[in-house]
Amino acid sequence: MHQADEQILRVNSLSKSFFGVKALDNIHFDLKKGEVHALMGENGAGKSTFMKILIGLLKADSGSISFNSEQIENMDIHSIMQKGISMIHQEILMVPELTVAQNIFLGREINRAYVLDEQAINQQAEKIMQLMGLNIKVHTKAKHLSIAELQLIEIAKAVSNNARVIIMDEPSSALSEKEVEILFKIIHDLKSKGISIIYISHKMEEIYRIADRITVFRDGKFIITKNSADLDKNSLISLMVGREIEELFPQNSTAQTEVVLKVKNLHKKGKFSDINFEVCAGEVLGIAGLMGAGRTEIARAIYGLDRPDSGEIHLKGKTLKIRSPKDAIKQGIGYVSEDRKALGFIPELSVKQNISLSSLLNYSKGWFIDGQKEQKASSIIAQQFKIRSSGLNQKVMNLSGGNQQKVILAKVLLASPCLIILDEPTRGVDIGAKQEIYKLIRQLTESGLAVILISSELPEILGLSNRILVLSKGKQKTILAQKEASQEKIMQYALH
Amino acid sequence: MHYIKKLRQYGILIVFIIICLIISFISPQFLTVSNWTIIITQVSINALLAFGVTFVIITGGIDLSLGSIVAVAGVSAAMLAHPEPYPVFIPVLAGLLAGLLMGVFNGFIITKSKIAPFIVTLGTMTIGRGLALILSNGRPVSNLSDSFVFIGSGKIMGIPVLILILIFIFMLCTVILNKTILGRYIYAVGGNEQAARASGIDVNQVKMAVYSISGLLAGIAGILLTSRITTGQPNAGAGFELDAIAAVVIGGTSTTGGKGSMTGTLIGVLLIGVINNSLDLLNVTSYYQQVIMGIIIIGAVVLDSLNQKSNS
Repeated sequence: MHQADEQILRVNSLSKSFFGVKALDNIHFDLKKGEVHALMGENGAGKSTFMKILIGLLKADSGSISFNSEQIENMDIHSIMQKGISMIHQEILMVPELTVAQNIFLGREINRAYVLDEQAINQQAEKIMQLMGLNIKVHTKAKHLSIAELQLIEIAKAVSNNARVIIMDEPSSALSEKEVEILFKIIHDLKSKGISIIYISHKMEEIYRIADRITVFRDGKFIITKNSADLDKNSLISLMVGREIEELFPQNSTAQTEVVLKVKNLHKKGKFSDINFEVCAGEVLGIAGLMGAGRTEIARAIYGLDRPDSGEIHLKGKTLKIRSPKDAIKQGIGYVSEDRKALGFIPELSVKQNISLSSLLNYSKGWFIDGQKEQKASSIIAQQFKIRSSGLNQKVMNLSGGNQQKVILAKVLLASPCLIILDEPTRGVDIGAKQEIYKLIRQLTESGLAVILISSELPEILGLSNRILVLSKGKQKTILAQKEASQEKIMQYALH
Repeated sequence: MHYIKKLRQYGILIVFIIICLIISFISPQFLTVSNWTIIITQVSINALLAFGVTFVIITGGIDLSLGSIVAVAGVSAAMLAHPEPYPVFIPVLAGLLAGLLMGVFNGFIITKSKIAPFIVTLGTMTIGRGLALILSNGRPVSNLSDSFVFIGSGKIMGIPVLILILIFIFMLCTVILNKTILGRYIYAVGGNEQAARASGIDVNQVKMAVYSISGLLAGIAGILLTSRITTGQPNAGAGFELDAIAAVVIGGTSTTGGKGSMTGTLIGVLLIGVINNSLDLLNVTSYYQQVIMGIIIIGAVVLDSLNQKSNS
């Protein structure tokens, strides 16, 4: 950190309003050369607005941004990118049918008199891969790569674009522990090359591992910037939420003896094999494992989204034949997907319409929807879940991630399941909403529901599960009781 | 703020009213009952097709076979509508059945093969045209019974039967889309097909339903057209699907699915009718009419996308 005090970016008194509502209010921020600067805050704190202004996607109402002692607040997105500020988006922006190399050079293709020089493009891309220490073939089409690989290529693309500042928005949210390690190594290399990183994440462990400094926003206001060594976890959380936070994980409820779900010899070629477990009423069974270990695939098979090749699924002693999610819901199985956008909700439909979607038959007379009944049921559950919206008729696309997740949970529970599978239920959700979801899981188990919890966040798994099933490469390694489980132990099994 | 938003939502309705006002100043004939009877009669066939394809487009699909279904249904009905020996419900039933079967066929292929609806219905468009020619041996089928002709040109209490049928079907479609489970599922499938499936909706069933409805309404359109022109024409209806899709799009239904309304489609249909009618009243030649219509289609979609931008 020899060059650490050289400032590369300085933001002064930045403000931005949308329709009279202040999204950013007099924000200050500075970034030193070669530092990792974490930006923290709950959803709605103004982080994404701030990022959009930095990269020129939005214009600030007032305030100044200087980059390498040049004022950039009035520049457009292309000029800012050329100056050297790049953003790695949460959603991957790659053309699936193009190769890695073609994607890296998209928009600035190497050419001779407007004819593409594919050879040079491939060679250059190869060089970048070597430089970054990535083992990805540049001829591969983007559609064949994992999300993790795509994300790393996005970073490679930014670096090859001579980025001096790279903004990473929840870069690890789709990565396994192992892939996170690769990401951190790359971040380390970038630092040593003098590249600065603004790192947005909800994961405390990560922040404390890589961030040099931390800045907290709350409700559009700048709260504090501090060296991460001088800011402990609890005070960081209370700065973010503006109140002291109670114990994050509520007390475990005791599992009952009634077996709700029994899975026997479940097998799907290339995905998972020999899966055997039981979940009792009132119990949380955690499923841990690295990305690609088969966690989501097992959930999809139980829920009828995919068909397993063989194996049996029993629910409350009954052997099930599930061909579709429709069957699963009818039998009493609910599923909250890890991929909220793709599988969770219908963006154009309202909060009410999304909540009632899986149980519409209960709120109807013959072919007709009973509007009053639907309204009543969804308003009760929306209040119970503290869904924050401008009303039940607001479109779900306009809600924050945490509230979208609550809408999905409400939908699943309104269909009165006896078993729910929660696949990464708190991914991309702020800490306040996270806590509410944890409490909710506890309430559900207390009322006798069986829960399968899939999560990449080990503290979450450890804090909530009665038992933990660990997967590795599609194989069931062990089932640990909560008392005997620890992060280290889970990782030992998961890595085998 | 709220007020402006509301206005935007009804953007196309306002455009429609403004155009009507302007034309009524230029041409005093415009705002007469007889002229409006003409307008509505003229748009009735397109309206039926547009109502049906609105369901399809909201699910994110498309139906290009409408014009051909009109021909098949029309010819089927005409062949059984000679003065002797069948009562009038037989040819009507034949037309309805022909339309429904074509729709079911579309739905079946689309849900079973997972081929894009554009391609499938492009295929059935050609198949249907061929069927109409085979059935009629390539010749117009005329000499239809009086009772059959009555459907398209008769009046009940001074109101054309055609308009009564149209009003009934419009109300029926509005209720289906807004008040029934099927209607909600149609929006859900168009809004996010994967999420709809994961929420327990039988997506294939919904798709079968919309293509069947679309085919059935095209069948009705075929019967009415045949009755009105008193001939079953195997070449009737060519290009009708594009007029219907245009009306739906002008009415604010998104071709990517998940969004739209029956009322919007009705306004779209009427707008097209009013503009054609007024250009007739103003003696604009039909060549120019086409150019103007094209500009309006594009204009409506631009308006819609600007709305969406300012809303987000």
